[in-house]
Amino acid sequence: MARLTLQQKLAILSDAAKYDASCASSGGVRRDSRDGKGLGAHGGIGLCHAYAPDGRCISLLKILMTNFCIYDCAYCVNRISSNVPRARFSVDEVVLLTVEFYRRNYIEGLFLSSGIIKSPDATMADMVRIARTLREEERFRGYIHLKTIPGAARELIEQAGLYADRLSINVELPTDDSVRAYAPQKDPEAIRRAMATVRRRKEAATGRSHTGRRAQRFAPAGQSTQVIVGADGATDATILRASTRLYTAYRLNRVYYSAFSPIPDATARLPLVTPPLQREHRLYQADWLLRFYGFAVGEITSVARDGNLDLDIDPKLAWALAHRGLFPVDVNTADREMLLRVPGFGMTTVQRVLSTRRRRRVRYGDLLKMGAGLKKARPFITAPGWTPGRLTDSADLRARFAPPPEQLVLL
Amino acid sequence: MPTVRLPGIGTAKAWRDAARACLRRRVAPEDVLWRYGDAAPDLFAGPSGAPGAPDAPGAPTGVTVPAAFVALADAVVWHRDPERFARLYALLWRVADRPAVMGDGGDPAVARLRAMEKAVRRCQEKMRAFVRFREIGRPDDARRRFAAWFEPTHHTVEPTAPFFARRFGDMDWCIVTPDRSAVFEDGRLRFEAGGAKPPLPEDAAEELWTTYFRSIFNPARLKVAAMRSGMPKKYWRNLPEAPSIPDLIAQAEARVAAMRRAAPTAPPPRAVRIAGSRKSG
Repeated sequence: MARLTLQQKLAILSDAAKYDASCASSGGVRRDSRDGKGLGAHGGIGLCHAYAPDGRCISLLKILMTNFCIYDCAYCVNRISSNVPRARFSVDEVVLLTVEFYRRNYIEGLFLSSGIIKSPDATMADMVRIARTLREEERFRGYIHLKTIPGAARELIEQAGLYADRLSINVELPTDDSVRAYAPQKDPEAIRRAMATVRRRKEAATGRSHTGRRAQRFAPAGQSTQVIVGADGATDATILRASTRLYTAYRLNRVYYSAFSPIPDATARLPLVTPPLQREHRLYQADWLLRFYGFAVGEITSVARDGNLDLDIDPKLAWALAHRGLFPVDVNTADREMLLRVPGFGMTTVQRVLSTRRRRRVRYGDLLKMGAGLKKARPFITAPGWTPGRLTDSADLRARFAPPPEQLVLL
Repeated sequence: MPTVRLPGIGTAKAWRDAARACLRRRVAPEDVLWRYGDAAPDLFAGPSGAPGAPDAPGAPTGVTVPAAFVALADAVVWHRDPERFARLYALLWRVADRPAVMGDGGDPAVARLRAMEKAVRRCQEKMRAFVRFREIGRPDDARRRFAAWFEPTHHTVEPTAPFFARRFGDMDWCIVTPDRSAVFEDGRLRFEAGGAKPPLPEDAAEELWTTYFRSIFNPARLKVAAMRSGMPKKYWRNLPEAPSIPDLIAQAEARVAAMRRAAPTAPPPRAVRIAGSRKSG
C-alpha cells in the first residue's frame, strides 16, 4: 500500500471526525502567551473561525488520531466492518497540524478523538502523548479537547485531564439496551465509570490542600457527551431523561444531540434516512429549557405526544399552550421564573424587563426594543398598551404558530 | 462653534477626555462639532481641540457615569457612523443628569447606540475569527514572522489587536487593513497607517486548511443560510477556504444520493480476523 501524504491523512481523518457535533472552545481558565514563551491564548469564550456549508461552526481542528477501529458500532462510519479508507496520524503530525493551523489563526485548538486500536489503554496513551507534547514541548496554550476512550485505565484519564481543557465521552445511544444492540463491544457501565472518574477528579481539583495550595487544574472546561438522534427507536422523552441524569449524576457541561446522518458504506442494519435536523433542533431547545429556564424534564415531556416533542412549535410554546390557565402574565408584576416561561422571551429580554421595571413601568411598545419575540409572546402577556383579551384561550392559537398543513390537491 | 478633532489612533481615550471637558464646561450637545481623523477641517468650525471656555460655575471636577456607559462608549467610538461621537455625547449629556437612562430598555437613543455597540462587537469578533496569517519569515529568523490582510467593516483594528498580541506572543506579525495596520514585533504592539493589500507569499498551510474545511463538511446537512449568517460573503475574498464553498454546495446532493444508493459491502478481511481473535481472547 502506498504511503499516504499528510494531506490524504488529513482528508480521511477529518472526514471520519465530522459526525461529532461538538466544536465548542468555551469555558476553562484564562491564559495567554504575552510572555513570549509560548503560543496561544484562551479567554473562556469560544470563537468560530469558519463555517462549513452545513452551517456548523469550525472552531477546532477536529480529527481522529486514527480511524482504524476494532469495534463494530452500527451507526459509526469507522466501525471495523466498514470499507472506508483508513489512516493513522503520528504524534508529530497531529502536533504539526495543530500548531501550524493555530499560528495562522485558523483554529482555537485541537479536538482529538480516535478509533480504538489494539486496546483502549494503548489508544488513550497515544492521545495523552499528543496532548503532552503540545503543552510541554510546543508550550501550546490554546484549547485542547480530548475524547476519553471507554475502558481506558483511570490513570490515563487523570493524565488526560491535566493537559486538556475538556474531556468528553460519547454515550451515543440513550439506553443501555440500544448500546447493547448497536454497539455490542461498548460497555455502558464503563462509559459511566469514566464520567464518574472525571467528575470526582474535577471536584478534587477545585479544592485547596490544608497548606492552602491550589490543586492541579483538571479539565477546567468540564466534560460533555453526545447522543445520536434517530438511529435507534428512542423517543425524545427517553433522550431528555437520559440527559437530565447525565447533567445531575456527572455534572456534564453539555449534552450534544447529533441527528443520525448518512455515512459512507453504511450497514444494512441502519437504513440511511434524511437526518432529522428539526428533531435535533427541538431537543437542543428543550435542553436549554432544562439548563437555563428552570423547566423540569417532566414538564417538557408531559406535553410531548407519544414521548416526542412537537416538531412544528418549540417546546416552550407547547408547554404554554397546554398551561393557558397560568397566562396571561403581567410583565410588570410577574416574577423572573414566570417571565422566563413566556414564549418569545429569552434570558436577555427578561433581564432587560427586570432592569427597566425597577425604574418605571414597562409598556408594550418597550418590549420590541428589548428584543422580545412579540408574535409569540402576545397571547401570553399583558402590559400597558396591550391586553390579549380572548386570544389566550382561543381554540386556534396553536394553528397561528404551526406551519400550515400541506395543501392536498385533487389528483 | 467649538470643534473637537479626534485622532485615528487612541480615539477612545481622546473622546472620553474631550467629552469630560465639554461636560464640565456645560457645552450642550448641539453646540459642539465632532470630527475624526485627518479630514479637511470644517469650513465653519472654530479652532480645533477641546472647547476652551472656562468651567461653568459650580461644575463638579469629576464626572461620574454608570459603568455601562463607559463600556458602551468604548465600543461605539470605533463605529464607522460619522455621527457616533455626537450621538454618544448627546447621551452622556442626559446620563450625567439621569444615570437611570442607561438601564432603560425602551429609550430610543440608548437602543440606537446599543445597536451600534453590537455592530462593533460583532465586527471585532469577525476580525478575531477571520484574520488569516501567512508566513513571511525566513528559516534563520529568531522569531517566526506572519502577515495578514483584512478588511473590517468598522474601525476595529486598534481595539482588537490586543487579542492577537495575547495569543501570538512568541511570533512577529502584522495585520494590514485599508485604514490602519497593527504591527507586533519583539513583544511590542504598535499602530501605523493602513494601506493597500500587500503582496504576501503563498503559504502551503492554506492547502491543508482547505482540505480540512472540505472534509469536515457534512453534505447531508446542507444549511447554506446558516453558514452565510455566521460567515457573511463580504469576508470570503480574504478567506483561503472560501473558494471551495460553491463546489461543496453543488456536489452535496449527489454525494448523499450516492451514499444512499450504495449497496452494503462485505466486511474487510481484517474485521473477520479481529472479531475471531476477540471472541477467542
